[in-house]
Amino acid sequence: MRNTKRKLLEVAHLDVDFDTPEGMVPAVAGMSFELSKGETLGIVGESGSGKSQTVLAIMGLLAANGRAAGSVRFAGGEILNLPVGRMNRIRGEKIAMIFQDPMTSLNPYLTVATQMTEVLVRHKNMSMQDARKRSIELLDAVHIPAARERIDMYPHEFSGGMRQRVMIAMALSCSPKLLIADEPTTALDVTVQAQILSLLGEVRREFGTSIILITHDLGVIAGVCDRVMVMYAGRVMEYGSVDDIFYRSVHPYTRGLLRSVPRLDMTGADRLPTIDGNPPNLLALPKGCPFVTRCQRRFGRCESELPELREIDHGRGKACHLETMQ
Amino acid sequence: MSGTELARRLDTVGEIRGRSLWVDARNRLMRNKAAVTSAVILAVMTLLVIFGPFLSPYAYDFADWGKISSPPSLSDGHLFGTDTVGRDLFVRTLYGGRISLLVGVVSTIVSLLIGITYGATAGYFGGRVDNIMMRVVDILYAMPFMFFVILLMVLFGRNIVLIFVAIGAITWLDMARIVRGQTLSLKRKEFIEAAEAIGVPTRRIIFRHVVPNLLGIVMVYITLTIPHVILVESFLSFLGLGVQEPLTSWGALVNEGAQEMETATWMLIFPALFLAATLFSFNFIGDGLRDALDPKDR
Amino acid sequence: MSDSLLNVDGLEVHFDVRQPGIFAGSRPLKAVDGVSFVLNTGETLGIVGESGCGKSTLARAILRLVPMTAGKVVLLGSDLAALNKDELRQARRDFQIIFQDPLASLDPRMTVGQIISEPLTTHFGKLSKDEVTRRVKAMMQKVGLLPNQINRYPHEYSGGQCQRIGIARALVLEPKLVVCDEPVSALDVSIQAQIINLLKDLQDEMDLSLIFIAHDLSVVRHISDKVLVMYMGRAVETASGDTLYTNPRHPYTRALIAVVPIPDPAEERAKDRTLLRGELPSPMNLPSGCRFRTRCPYAIERCATEEPQLRDVGASRVACHRAEEI
Repeated sequence: MRNTKRKLLEVAHLDVDFDTPEGMVPAVAGMSFELSKGETLGIVGESGSGKSQTVLAIMGLLAANGRAAGSVRFAGGEILNLPVGRMNRIRGEKIAMIFQDPMTSLNPYLTVATQMTEVLVRHKNMSMQDARKRSIELLDAVHIPAARERIDMYPHEFSGGMRQRVMIAMALSCSPKLLIADEPTTALDVTVQAQILSLLGEVRREFGTSIILITHDLGVIAGVCDRVMVMYAGRVMEYGSVDDIFYRSVHPYTRGLLRSVPRLDMTGADRLPTIDGNPPNLLALPKGCPFVTRCQRRFGRCESELPELREIDHGRGKACHLETMQ
Repeated sequence: MSGTELARRLDTVGEIRGRSLWVDARNRLMRNKAAVTSAVILAVMTLLVIFGPFLSPYAYDFADWGKISSPPSLSDGHLFGTDTVGRDLFVRTLYGGRISLLVGVVSTIVSLLIGITYGATAGYFGGRVDNIMMRVVDILYAMPFMFFVILLMVLFGRNIVLIFVAIGAITWLDMARIVRGQTLSLKRKEFIEAAEAIGVPTRRIIFRHVVPNLLGIVMVYITLTIPHVILVESFLSFLGLGVQEPLTSWGALVNEGAQEMETATWMLIFPALFLAATLFSFNFIGDGLRDALDPKDR
Repeated sequence: MSDSLLNVDGLEVHFDVRQPGIFAGSRPLKAVDGVSFVLNTGETLGIVGESGCGKSTLARAILRLVPMTAGKVVLLGSDLAALNKDELRQARRDFQIIFQDPLASLDPRMTVGQIISEPLTTHFGKLSKDEVTRRVKAMMQKVGLLPNQINRYPHEYSGGQCQRIGIARALVLEPKLVVCDEPVSALDVSIQAQIINLLKDLQDEMDLSLIFIAHDLSVVRHISDKVLVMYMGRAVETASGDTLYTNPRHPYTRALIAVVPIPDPAEERAKDRTLLRGELPSPMNLPSGCRFRTRCPYAIERCATEEPQLRDVGASRVACHRAEEI
């Protein structure tokens, strides 16, 4: 059943909990997935789904009151909860991450040159000159015009789209095997978003980088990803290829979500089919399936028994008691 | 019960009580041990200065000529010893506390009232109004206030009410600046815009929307102002311009005690301890308040 | 005048931006530079554009929250600019606004009841407390909130519920026009549909006219009768939602439609990926002639010398010299 080629990333039974004054918050529970080389995996979910916390746990970037348990194997080696020193050698060099708001992820007091060369000098032991040269090449590769002059500017002198490109350039500087992008285009205009997504596609094709793309935008997922994982209240509800998820979904949440999104190519029907209810409260999750209070297809078992995530086909799985979606 | 009364009561049955942000903040504050301890200390301090003197047989201005500069002892009832004129230090420290705390609180209230109104108005109107109002503040800042206070004291005598007002008149400037800054950032918040869109009159916007949202930072600032005021009064006492004898304040007592430091150390230590404890307590509460009212949640 | 509720003519909003240096004066930032449209009773006008296009400023100028530099706004027959302060305050009963950030638009120190009742107490001070409470509870029910929650505070609610509170507040005076400034952008996907349906229902029930501002063309198309596309302060195309999608005339509209992600992998794969070049020009330094020409694949010489005006082309109004040919 398992692919003979070794997986780049294997996550098994990942749990992430936060110790808050109001109690333990289970941000992620029982998360398991795999990522192959060169693949683009999309993680889609709404607020409280745990999609961001998953990757922060993988990267060892959880807040001080967060605890991660389980297993995360990267290129064969366990990396979950590694000591900081060893994790620092992986971060930036083997796994890189870009965030939603490039203004806050770039240091406003340092020039772009300083920030980019820092990565290269640290991980690749380059000399300052070489690092600078390489940085300019990278900025060219992400289509920043006049890179040679722009590299000495400060982040606030760039537009939002350009800052995100700088982030991507920085992330790619050490040729990482895995790039994690957490809502990279949510804060950008739609025309700029298209440019950035196209750039990510280029990165994939030219460098063979695997990408984990986190977003709430189903349209973006449809355009960019090979495989998709749908999360709700910290758990995986469904996973599969992008076509499986969009055309043959077997989970009521995914179906509900797909139907409730207005599509540009559909005429304005009178009412959008909605998912009733409100986003989950992680401090007070229902006993059985976390989606039970909003699910149109619920029945007895759903309220008392948590559906386990199980594989129903090669690379395809769901966490639901329903046998079929008929 | 009449029909309408019953209907009205039924209507309110089952209304859920909300949990206001103040309640949240109070809960967070309670978890801060330093702040809670400080609050307890201040409470004890207040009770002491009000009721403490009744515990001692001595009056604050009774000069016991037979017991000049005598050290603390339990036998003769002079718990903290006596000063150079034979007055009981315990009672005088507590009386001094009354004055110091009173000055602190009253002056702060004065500076609050002036400062909030001035700052909120300047911040809300912005533009030229703000410019002019703040330049006035700048000019007043530049004036040597100590000089004026001293002048007032010299001209009109050391009237305690005058001290309150004079000190309050210095400290409102800081409050106005802080409040104006907060107002400027609040002004851009959408709920203020919403109030404008509804057509709420400007004065009501300032007092109903802006000011309640300022109270958080104002409260923190008050806990810093009170110790500051107490110290200003102490400084005046150092100069010999504080409250009139035989009334005293902690500052005056510390001044006297410093002069007798080598021979009658207790004269310095007790008032200094009380003063320090009070100042520390206010500062810890201020820190605790600031954390409890964390802007992240606003 | 016929059915028209709102008549906007040549609306301009210029801000004076001080130039650096002590003696440099100030230059105008033309946030809105001449927009005209007509809105009829019960109609929904969607205004769409990217950042810096001026759509939010336009809305605020119509509502007199931001001063107009030039132009005329006639609502229900009265020229809003000609009203004095008291008349304007009275007139506000007829036009209200719903904001983008649901939580930030509610005063955190007031209860829900106080927030929704504020318009009532401001304009109808003579109403008894009981009557005010009755109306507030009725409104809460109408927008899908439980009336017994009237004493709760905004931070105890989810984003979608906060937006319902904002809607209740805007509608409690039964206005004729409601401006919705990106009302669903900050909400989870599954909640967006609920709020969109709610707005539509309320519009039918209360015979409202809506101006719906958004950057998401899919949502705008779904809810609007007419759509206005803005770019750098001007309207570049206006048409019915269907016409705009099936037959976009302006190059910018086409570009926008091309890059909006559609939650359908096959559609996305089949898309023509030609992207708009370049970035938005600085609003202080607008290109001569047509503002869009620096990014337009169809620009000709005439575009640099002569600024195109809105004119009828087929079923749309377009501001482009080459609208017929392309």
